[in-house]
Amino acid sequence: MDGIMSKNNSEYLIERNDNIYEVVIGLEVHAQVTSNSKLFSSSSTKFGAEPNTQVSLVDAAFPGMLPVINEYCVKQAIKTGIGLKAKINNKSVFDRKNYFYADLPQGYQISQYKYPIVGEGNVILDMPEGQKQVGIERLHLEQDAGKSIHDIDPSNTLVDLNRSGVALMEIVSKPDLRSPDEVNIYIKKLRSIMRYLGTCDGNMQEGSLRADVNVSVRLKGSKELGTRCEIKNVNSIKFMQMAIIYEANRQVDLIEEGEEIDQETRLFDTKKNETRSMRSKEDAHDYRYFPDPDLLPLEITDEFIDQLKSEIPELPDDKKKRFIDEFKISPYEATILVSDIDTAKYFEEVVAKMGKNRDMKLAVNWITGELFAVLNNKNIEIAHSPISAKNLAKLINLIKNGTISGKIAKTVFELMMDGDIDPQIIVEEKGLKQQSDPKALEALIDKIINDNREKAIEYKQGKEKLFGFFVGQAMKVSGGKANPQLINEILKKKL
Amino acid sequence: MTEITSLSLFELIKNIKEKKISSNEVTKSFVDRSQKSKKLNTYVTENFENCLKLSKEFDNKPNFDLKLPGIPIAVKDLFCTNEVRTTAGSNILNNFVPGYESTVTQNIWNEGGILLGKLNCDEFAMGSSNETSFFGNVQNPIAKDLVPGGSSGGSSSALAANLTPVTIGTDTGGSIRQPASFTGTVGLKPTYGSCSRYGIVAFASSLDQAGPMSKDVKDSSILLEVISSFDKKDSTSIDFKRNNYSSELTRNIKGIKIGIPKEYRVDGMPGEIENLWKKGIEYAKDCGAEIIDISLPHTSYALPTYYIVAPAEASSNLARYDGVKYGLRSSGESLIDMYEKTRSEGFGEEVKRRIMIGTYVLSSGYYDAYYLKAQKVRQLIKKDFDDAYNKVDAILTPSTPSSAFKIGEKSNDPVSMYLNDIFTVPVNLAGLPGISIPAGRDKNNYPLGLQIIGKPFDEQTVLNIAYSMEEKINYKNNITDWWME
Repeated sequence: MDGIMSKNNSEYLIERNDNIYEVVIGLEVHAQVTSNSKLFSSSSTKFGAEPNTQVSLVDAAFPGMLPVINEYCVKQAIKTGIGLKAKINNKSVFDRKNYFYADLPQGYQISQYKYPIVGEGNVILDMPEGQKQVGIERLHLEQDAGKSIHDIDPSNTLVDLNRSGVALMEIVSKPDLRSPDEVNIYIKKLRSIMRYLGTCDGNMQEGSLRADVNVSVRLKGSKELGTRCEIKNVNSIKFMQMAIIYEANRQVDLIEEGEEIDQETRLFDTKKNETRSMRSKEDAHDYRYFPDPDLLPLEITDEFIDQLKSEIPELPDDKKKRFIDEFKISPYEATILVSDIDTAKYFEEVVAKMGKNRDMKLAVNWITGELFAVLNNKNIEIAHSPISAKNLAKLINLIKNGTISGKIAKTVFELMMDGDIDPQIIVEEKGLKQQSDPKALEALIDKIINDNREKAIEYKQGKEKLFGFFVGQAMKVSGGKANPQLINEILKKKL
Repeated sequence: MTEITSLSLFELIKNIKEKKISSNEVTKSFVDRSQKSKKLNTYVTENFENCLKLSKEFDNKPNFDLKLPGIPIAVKDLFCTNEVRTTAGSNILNNFVPGYESTVTQNIWNEGGILLGKLNCDEFAMGSSNETSFFGNVQNPIAKDLVPGGSSGGSSSALAANLTPVTIGTDTGGSIRQPASFTGTVGLKPTYGSCSRYGIVAFASSLDQAGPMSKDVKDSSILLEVISSFDKKDSTSIDFKRNNYSSELTRNIKGIKIGIPKEYRVDGMPGEIENLWKKGIEYAKDCGAEIIDISLPHTSYALPTYYIVAPAEASSNLARYDGVKYGLRSSGESLIDMYEKTRSEGFGEEVKRRIMIGTYVLSSGYYDAYYLKAQKVRQLIKKDFDDAYNKVDAILTPSTPSSAFKIGEKSNDPVSMYLNDIFTVPVNLAGLPGISIPAGRDKNNYPLGLQIIGKPFDEQTVLNIAYSMEEKINYKNNITDWWME
């Protein structure tokens, strides 16, 4: 039978005529460096400004204008390299990549070709089947181009140079990825690391993170790589996954029909969900790379690198390890909590505010359960959570010390959202405090047993199911405020 | 009193400071003479009215502490000048008016200089005779229909014809020194990194360097002091301690060791050049210098190396002239069509030739054989000089293998034209300072120059040797004003 047999998330296998193919993927991620000014000029990098308002003479390549390296962008690239556990090169060289395009004012892009600022490193992916290491080939710094706008004027292409010269980090992975799911996790992990470091905001909608996807297929078990196609400039994880699935199947079909795969550059058409040939290897640009004579080689001392190392915050992998060791939560829970820096921050604040008598299980459940549900529903980032970590910690403590039940807590949680209200105040004002006075509860239960004598007898005769009925009655009569644990104990005794 | 326009910069400054003449009188004299000299075709853009106005403003509120107090100066049209058209001698920048100022020219205005106008040059500084300019060839005031050299040909001609007291040029492979040699004037190319390249239309970034051109050595020292500065806007600018070149200028060069490189005795070198060089050696000895024979073994590779490196960089530097942002735009049916038409109409033959050569040597498959190899040879040439400077303080050579030639004589033979740079090119490849001073005449009475090459950042020694030899040589240009009506 033909079809796709994906055994698990880490493998994407395609079966055709009893042949089983695996897909091999490598990514070139373009991450916009978080910085106030551009890589070689002092223009602002702020997103969303009026067209051509953030353009210096250097960005527009006026005669006699010269690039001057922005040291901050260099630091950002080195920090990212450290986050990728990569080798930082003491010497790197800026090259010119020559090609003509309307939104490339210099007629060349300043990039790093032979000698990138960052060498080999790796990224750990937390897959459901366990951890997987993906190799990083290199990271280099380069300029972004401007934007050509084809759809405003019917007969002209308009050019916006605001983005021209903005610093990009191109992060090239080894061909270590094997499935669309791994690509998803990989991109998210890269994004997470860079957000922890503050080196890239990872905002895909604004184009801060884009990728070229290299896809090839081969018979499962084969050691040789197949001919690859490069899918250019895909700007969402979903589209990357769709493009990979389409492209892998297209390549398998070609092989099965006995045809060759052409090494080429392709574009992903998001409307038709297909990849299309953009240019073949023969038509490939000859970029005529050569070292930019306007810039000296970039020389970085070990002291400079060490200084930056000392500024690196705790990164997701280390944080996860610490969460597991220190808070005794599961690796799965830890992975979720560290995946985003703001979630991790929120969690740690909740933990801190819970104080000595903290309950990790409750904290994890409330954050990943109720809070995530609300944030998802309302499409809010955790950094802008309607309930502060401080108040969520208070709520958890109210449950933990028996002031309210878990069920009441959900009601309180709902009410807290209306302006981050202190749960203590809600509990007091609404009289939601749990009834935990054994004498009062005994009296309440005595009355219930009295009112339902027949059922009590049936229970005693062995109809144990009825225990739940008595609990329900007790909660109903108490308006949900009765301490369920005590109710259980007293009922057991009395019945 | 001698005519104002024939005074040296030093004399003009002295007279202005002593209030013997005003900035406006000086400016008027140069403007008048320039207006009578249109036949030389030195100016691409005149700034006469504004210059006269600014000279009056200077006289109303003079500041005699400045190094160039109210001195009118015309500059090569490769320097971007704020609100004044800058063409680089090209049709593609025919109507380009920068909204910014090059660092070198700004340094001049900061010291009281006033822009007199923009001087003709070879298109994008690519040429050795000023015949590649879109604005036409320039006449050498020495004789009719003689080229003034290039690429700073408008500068050398204007200077020799007394249309500007001093001027600045740029030198990528000899573009200051060769025209100075052809016009009986002084031209200095400073060490790479001395003068900022910010705001200078780029030809070959790793070789381009601005420098002074003047009627005598002292004037060059005054102007160098003004234009040489560390500039953060140019990443290749070097922060070294710059001398007060004019006040430290001395004719005492006793005991200085001057090297004579045997490889500069090239095949087919005219006897007059050989004799000039011999005479130069005698002058140097007379000045108290010690003459030492040296070897620069890789000299013969300099010209081919230069004609790979310079076009490669140029092909990339000129990519920005695409009709999209500024300058000439020809209409086309598509983007590519527009590019092709704009660049076909905008660039002249020599520029196109160099773009083609540069594109070729950088192409994949040829890069290693040409560009990479040229860069390696460049290191060897530099090492030749490093080794020589273990033995000597400076090097003496002819500036050019011939005197000025006739307009049109070499314009159809690019290789013969390129050979003109044979003695100047190694200096650019090694990033060294070099000066050309007038040292004699050929059989036609055309000027011939000698070149003094120095150690990196040692412009002072170069100037001192030139200053000392200049006195012994005692060369005077004989300008007949043949071009005036």
